[in-house]
Amino acid sequence: MSGNLYEVISAVGEMIIGNRQKLTDLDAAIGDGDHGINMARGFEAVKAKLQGMEMESDIGKVLKIVGMTLISSVGGAAGPLYGTAFLRAAAPSQGKTELDTQTIGLMLEAAIAGIKERGKATTGEKTMLDALVPAYEAFQDGANTGKTVTACLELAYEAAQQGVEFTKTIIATKGRASYLGERSRGHQDPGATSSYIMLKALVEYLRR
Amino acid sequence: MKKVINVPEQVVEEMLQGMVSAHPQYVKRVDGFEVLVRANKPEAAKVALVSGGGSGHEPSHAGFVGRGMLDGAVAGAVFTSPTPDQVYEAVKAVDNGKGVLLIIKNYSGDVMNFEMAIEMASADGITVDKVIVNDDVAVENSTWTIGRRGIAGTVLVHKIAGAKAETGAELEEVKRVADKVIHNVRSMGMALDSCTVPAAGKPSFVLEDNEIEIGMGIHGEPGTHREVLRSADEITDHLVDKILADMPLAAGEEVAVLVNGLGATPLMELYIVNRKVAALLKEKGLHIAKTYIGNYMTSLEMAGFSISILKLDSELKELLLAPADTPALVQF
Repeated sequence: MSGNLYEVISAVGEMIIGNRQKLTDLDAAIGDGDHGINMARGFEAVKAKLQGMEMESDIGKVLKIVGMTLISSVGGAAGPLYGTAFLRAAAPSQGKTELDTQTIGLMLEAAIAGIKERGKATTGEKTMLDALVPAYEAFQDGANTGKTVTACLELAYEAAQQGVEFTKTIIATKGRASYLGERSRGHQDPGATSSYIMLKALVEYLRR
Repeated sequence: MKKVINVPEQVVEEMLQGMVSAHPQYVKRVDGFEVLVRANKPEAAKVALVSGGGSGHEPSHAGFVGRGMLDGAVAGAVFTSPTPDQVYEAVKAVDNGKGVLLIIKNYSGDVMNFEMAIEMASADGITVDKVIVNDDVAVENSTWTIGRRGIAGTVLVHKIAGAKAETGAELEEVKRVADKVIHNVRSMGMALDSCTVPAAGKPSFVLEDNEIEIGMGIHGEPGTHREVLRSADEITDHLVDKILADMPLAAGEEVAVLVNGLGATPLMELYIVNRKVAALLKEKGLHIAKTYIGNYMTSLEMAGFSISILKLDSELKELLLAPADTPALVQF
């Protein structure tokens, strides 16, 4: 996978910022109604931080900046979780200017491990992991059968979408929504949704 | 919204500036960060204590920065955990080689952000450890937590761990004492009326004129139930019952009591509550070694109070009664 790194991050940021209200509304239903506000603030900060770095091609370096910026600007629980995910994904991509399926697989794996560790969470608890883990598995299935990076990411995106749908069917046992117990069923998880939105932005960028 | 503020976005910044102006003998600002540390570093190297969390709980936590209590406090946005870089700056500013102990209230965001700060500081070679306060017996899980919430009992952790650190004890000893306080302290609160987060502009929840919420959290998180307003004695009876059901105490044991105002409750009412608390504990044959009354862990302008009971042994008692000199707690 190649393409302008700055444009990819910008595309992801713009889609998060564009979904500010939607994410906030989803959170208001089962949480404290600030997920969209916090994530949009985080990606506004990322945008400002990357000004002047339009030509930077070291993927690991840029992802590290994204992670650190999210950590220091988002706050709450989403900041540490997404920040950790980007920081962990930065390690396998350190010094790389292009990505193959093997590296992306390692990045997704590292990001997910970071979220699990930081949030002490696993799948089936109505969190971002319910979108990210199936996405990773679908990506790996594609990679194992020799598909291209774009084809693998398409598969990951579809799996994430199904993961978001799945979060509607389960009750929350982690995160703020857990307090609602049975009342959280029927609502899709805002964290899973923001993860899905990031993959969507990535795939749409690659389709252009 | 009716508040004495300038702009909602600046409340934390302007409050910190005001605190430094008011208490220059106690606290100073870490430039560029929402962090206050002791104005004068302790003369002898000691374990440094850092606490913090969302703002809106004043005087917690910066009000307890000073000799015998905290070394630094980190102020997040109102009711929002500070980010790791802020906590990391506080750790760097207060470390004097004997290590740093973070006192964290048990909310998912706080725990994650403070843990990340530990990783950042550890990477610099600073020894940092943590304790997590979860004294609220009202609910087992809450909107902002996995497990019990950390509320006013946190101040007693600041006091006792702070006194221990002042003796020159090593980090693991200070942590052991802090954990003992956490193990021995229980709290529960109630609210008469809501509060308004400045950036939100409207009350966090609504209670009817004659309605109260029992077990309310310090960010307006739901408690156990709502009921019609009862007398101070009846409410106090219920809260003390819940606390003692969770931490049975035998006749002859010693305790400390904190009757904490949530922001809009007059001292008169807190004393009326304490009258009943004291009577109930006496009835059970318990000795009260120390009582604190006032606004220690508030929730903006929420009306209501919490009761904390700490079971003492000789070690905790001695440390609790040791001197403290901070903006919000002075003890000789």
